[in-house]
Amino acid sequence: MKKYIDNLRQYQFLLSELVKKGIKLKYRRSYLGILWSMLEPLLSMVVLTIVFGTLYGNTDKTFPVYILSGRLLYTFYSNATKAALKSIRSNSAMIKKVYVPKYLYPLSGVIYNYIIFLISLLVLGIVSAVLGVKPTIYLLQAPVALIIILILSYGCGMFLATIGVFFRDIEYLWTVVLMLIMYTCAIFYYPSKLLKSGWAWILKFNPLYCTIQIFRSAIFGEPMYAPYVIYAAAFSVGITILGLVCFKKKQDSFILYI
Amino acid sequence: MGKPAIEVDNVSMKFSLSREKVDSLKDYIFKTIKREIQYNEFWALKNVTFTVEKGDRVGILGLNGAGKSTLLKVISGVFKPTEGHVEKHGKIVPLLELGAGFDPQYTGKENIYLYGAMLGYTKKFIDSKYDEIVEFSELQKFMDVPVKNYSSGMKSRLGFAIATVVEPKILILDEVLSVGDAKFRKKSENKILSMFDSGVTVLFVSHSLEQVKRLCNKAMILEKGKLIAYGDIDPISEQYSEMIGG
Repeated sequence: MKKYIDNLRQYQFLLSELVKKGIKLKYRRSYLGILWSMLEPLLSMVVLTIVFGTLYGNTDKTFPVYILSGRLLYTFYSNATKAALKSIRSNSAMIKKVYVPKYLYPLSGVIYNYIIFLISLLVLGIVSAVLGVKPTIYLLQAPVALIIILILSYGCGMFLATIGVFFRDIEYLWTVVLMLIMYTCAIFYYPSKLLKSGWAWILKFNPLYCTIQIFRSAIFGEPMYAPYVIYAAAFSVGITILGLVCFKKKQDSFILYI
Repeated sequence: MGKPAIEVDNVSMKFSLSREKVDSLKDYIFKTIKREIQYNEFWALKNVTFTVEKGDRVGILGLNGAGKSTLLKVISGVFKPTEGHVEKHGKIVPLLELGAGFDPQYTGKENIYLYGAMLGYTKKFIDSKYDEIVEFSELQKFMDVPVKNYSSGMKSRLGFAIATVVEPKILILDEVLSVGDAKFRKKSENKILSMFDSGVTVLFVSHSLEQVKRLCNKAMILEKGKLIAYGDIDPISEQYSEMIGG
């Protein structure tokens, strides 16, 4: 363990450079720059509210907060895993040339998306304040969800990065899987109806849905539902161990495939 | 006997070249079922053993495909050898395909920091050497321009300037003394020569026997992945000219 920490310290500067690069290049050449990380979720919230709120006859005033909280977490998960998946190939020029521990590439992909995600949480704060969702003591639960989703994304990202090197199809397949995950996360609908039906397991076994619900309970001032916390945390740790083991086992042969 | 700088112990490197490229899931599944994937084994290096002493400048000679670049990549750690291992004593700076690792959207300045970080420099070190790098590359006016707008010569110049700003213990050179225009080539050769004086250990790949003779005190010949001769420059270069002269 100490070896890994020493190693990380040695490459700390490189990691921070890679994270900086991800953030800088994402919004380079756009006039509003990093503001887009807040503007984009805001605009898509408006669209989703019009479609699933107004057009479906949902009159709940706090519905936009509900949508936005789900969407922000989902978007982070989607962007982080996609960045990790592509990280080995998009850095192939470097990998072929200089020896650098390869785990830094997916890690930096997840971290830079996490930073953008944390910035975009500001929007959630503003929208909540405007629509009268007041912070309560339960807001202190929010870090639980924020930590779980970071571990979950990192674990999935490491796993995807490993198989993505060997099979390019994964990139296309993953976008389809992400769509499926999006629809089973109850981002823009209330899950109550589904939970009562025989299809409840679709939601309950989706760790991202559980994490989103934990986060929402923090925002709307309810205690979090313990089974969700246990399941999501266990799943995240499990997938991270799996991802790390796969990555470690296969990383020496990456160079032969990129 | 001086102290060893690099010890290469019985290193072999195997590549599996599948006859057809299989990198899609569909291909893989179908061909595994039909047992159609065939691999051609190819040993790029076979049982290579040698020791480079501190301060030695070793030229690596061999025809195309002899395994020269593979050997350098194994030593620099990019390839993990299939068998055997490599022991290194001191910081290695590889000068391979200069500028290939730049990010095209990044400006020259940003790339200096990124590339420096890749080579393992600290932020403080790059801060202190930044002016020196810019001056050596002669790209003062282009530091805020994205590297995608650089010419290939400009990229190599910047890459060379960043990589050589440290005083490495071990320097790996793969055909890099052909960078940029004649003036810069002269300058880069002088820079390398000045590093030689400070007692750096060098591994040098070149197809120019004359250049190897001028820069190196030892040499080795690789043929089809095997080390067939290693020793002082004069007898080895004679043997090599006989080999290629027929």
